[in-house]
Amino acid sequence: MDLFISQTLNGLVYGALLFLLASGLSLIFGLMGVVNLAHGSFFMLGAFVGLSVAKATGSFWLAMLLAPLPVAAIALAMEVFFLRPLYKREKLDQVLLTFGFSFVFTDLVESFWGKDTFSISEPPSLEDSIEFLGGFFPSYRLAMLGFGLLAALILWLIIDRTRAGAMVRAGVDDSATAMGIGLNVPLLLTTTFTCGAALAGLAGVIAGPILGVYSGVDVEVLIPAFIVIVVGGMGSLKGAFVGSIVIGMADTFGKAYLPETAMFLTYVAMILILLARPGGLFGKV
Amino acid sequence: MSEATPLLRLEHVNKAFGSLVVTRDVSLDLAAGQRHVIIGPNGAGKTSLINQIGGQLQPDSGRILLDGRDVTRLPPEARAQRGLARTFQKNTLFQRLSTFENVRLGVQARFGSIFDLASRALGRDDINDRAQDILARLRLNHLADKRVSSLSYGDQRQLEVAVALAGDPRILLLDEPTSGLSPAETGQLVDLVRTLPAELGVLMIEHDMEVVFSLADRVTVLYYGEVLASGLPDDVAGNERVREVYLGASI
Amino acid sequence: MTPLPPKDTPTRIPGRRTAGWEVVALGLAVVWPFVASPYGAGLVTEVFIFAIAAMSLDLLMGYGGLVSFGHAAFFGAGAYATVLLTMKLGWSAWAGLGAGLAVSGLVAGVIGYLCVRMAGVAFFMLTLAFAQLLFSAAMKWRWLTGGSDGIGGMARPSLLGLPLADSRTMYFVGLVAFVLSLMALRRVINSPFGHALVGLRENEARMRALGYPASRVKLAAFVIAGVFAGLGGGLYAIYNGFVSPDALTFGLSGTFLLMVVLGGAGSLMGPAIGAGIFLLMKQFVSAHTDHWLLIVGLIFIACVMFFRGGVHGLIERLRTGGRA
Repeated sequence: MDLFISQTLNGLVYGALLFLLASGLSLIFGLMGVVNLAHGSFFMLGAFVGLSVAKATGSFWLAMLLAPLPVAAIALAMEVFFLRPLYKREKLDQVLLTFGFSFVFTDLVESFWGKDTFSISEPPSLEDSIEFLGGFFPSYRLAMLGFGLLAALILWLIIDRTRAGAMVRAGVDDSATAMGIGLNVPLLLTTTFTCGAALAGLAGVIAGPILGVYSGVDVEVLIPAFIVIVVGGMGSLKGAFVGSIVIGMADTFGKAYLPETAMFLTYVAMILILLARPGGLFGKV
Repeated sequence: MSEATPLLRLEHVNKAFGSLVVTRDVSLDLAAGQRHVIIGPNGAGKTSLINQIGGQLQPDSGRILLDGRDVTRLPPEARAQRGLARTFQKNTLFQRLSTFENVRLGVQARFGSIFDLASRALGRDDINDRAQDILARLRLNHLADKRVSSLSYGDQRQLEVAVALAGDPRILLLDEPTSGLSPAETGQLVDLVRTLPAELGVLMIEHDMEVVFSLADRVTVLYYGEVLASGLPDDVAGNERVREVYLGASI
Repeated sequence: MTPLPPKDTPTRIPGRRTAGWEVVALGLAVVWPFVASPYGAGLVTEVFIFAIAAMSLDLLMGYGGLVSFGHAAFFGAGAYATVLLTMKLGWSAWAGLGAGLAVSGLVAGVIGYLCVRMAGVAFFMLTLAFAQLLFSAAMKWRWLTGGSDGIGGMARPSLLGLPLADSRTMYFVGLVAFVLSLMALRRVINSPFGHALVGLRENEARMRALGYPASRVKLAAFVIAGVFAGLGGGLYAIYNGFVSPDALTFGLSGTFLLMVVLGGAGSLMGPAIGAGIFLLMKQFVSAHTDHWLLIVGLIFIACVMFFRGGVHGLIERLRTGGRA
């Protein structure tokens, strides 16, 4: 029972992490129709920058605060100078472009930081465990869950309650119409792309103490994030949230109870959901 | 109506998108050789109905029968293989391929073997000849080698029909074939429909009343997804409710 | 996808027949191992092997409009099956290779069955995800695959009494496999099936309304592509006497994609040339710098932004006098 509860918590934590990544990926897709294959790279870049900031300043919090900034700057440049000129082309071209960037970023990371696996240390204030439901839980994991839920809440408030969010929703529904009613769609795309990247970078720092920081972590997190949005429904924030939890749970429980076949479990979950609902849980189809 | 099984029969077909009902309890028959025209104001659910017959859209309830066999759950390709062909309201062609290849693909779908990996597609004389025949019949043969995207809108509209005819269908659904055509082009298209094989059952959506009454031997009026009237053209034209809601509004 | 020809002529489906220059190239290829060093022969052997895989991806991507971001799955499946059957069950390498083709076709069938149901974007995300699944399996099941070390020690077999340990024999096996694959794929493209595949790329709704079973056509294309990718993988395993999870990586899938983009999708020979350019460049660049990935990424970006038709598109443009 104890294992069950702690695995549930771990599943939720992993789900929260996936959500930070998948929400940006899903919104970018919803708006631009483009799956950003460099989204995992933003996660990885955030993790490495966070690592360096934490080492230099000794502060995890500062790393969390600062690391998303250069990631956002890189994403901004990438969107404005490379993706934007391709808006009018086939979507595939933009996807291939982000694919090319993922190689560039991997090389960048390997030349700056090498190919070793690093870890960001948790903030000292969160090193302990908390007694909870009859078990001990590392407070850092609880905090991660808190970050994830907080981020989900903030995102939801922005998308659902603000003018900017209304524009994003309009753009996701129908970007041609949104353009027709006078929305500045390019600005909207750039902002969403940049914010999504920053969120991925933030996720990289937060995951640093647990997943580790290494070249290759980009693909390692990108694939589950893909599965999350395929399961949740492309372009749906709610789908990304539910999908993250489903996949986070499936993965964590698989690893705990069926270690040999754990990696298949998320795929099995995905296949079952897709066979029942080809558009994903909250997809349009 | 003849006692024989109709080519196409709709039985109490219903379809709604959320609270928007696009098809409400529609039943109709199409017999071989019939020219059945569906009219109705914009938003009456005409194209949705064609899409349900074609298989592009699934009805919520009701049945669609081809030759008395239930095809309600079959995908478009299976219906096409049973002799149902259609055109689209917006040209749905292979824009980057040649006019000839557009028709040839249609012929190949029913007279060739799709999973033949080894023979030459262009080496089948029977298929090539049939494609050429159809292009000639529709006076498109001089455009055979042109890229479709370079054709005029009117020619593309004709090609829509040519592609649909390629598989030698028994039922032809025409979704507003004259939309966007000039009067002269419309005349050509009417002539084309007149010269279609006599035994072909044609179900057609049309706005132009002149076209409707020159072609139809049966007219059905759709209004908010519902059949308002159905019968011989003159009877429908004389129907009070039809005059009120439809003809009255447009004349 | 394919470069657009002058406005009123239809897209010529490229790669449909043998061109004069190809005969000349074949002649040169036959002479090459006799003038080059064993090292030079080996390099071109690799080109042949990768070209087979790149052409198989082109069948999906250039003709079918089905972009697979996980093509390494089929290459790797063929490579692993060949090595495992040879090393663990003691089969001859040729039997292993033959079974490898079946295995990669089967893998493509299963992955394809799940992927072709999904439209557009979800499709290639799934291809990528499944490729990653195979990669994880190869890493994890050490008892079977040797984990990240892979399995080695497979001796090159003989063919008709000629040992492939000789670099010239190996070279000609690669050359023959490449030429046969090119001819077979061309035949497929010229066939009614190939035309149907192009029709699906152009307009799926119309194809279905005409009576083409879209999913089954796509699935069949997937299996065919999988078998040829598996042939590439199996030959690569024989060539190296070794297989490791490198044959299943995201990076390798990217490499195949880059070969297609670099050479020009929808032309078969283009991606084969793309494979050649890529491998020669890699050889050259790797000798001078560690930043191979950076170069790959930059070429990718440059091709997509400025050079979309690839080498094939460039040749077509020159051939048609810049009207394209």
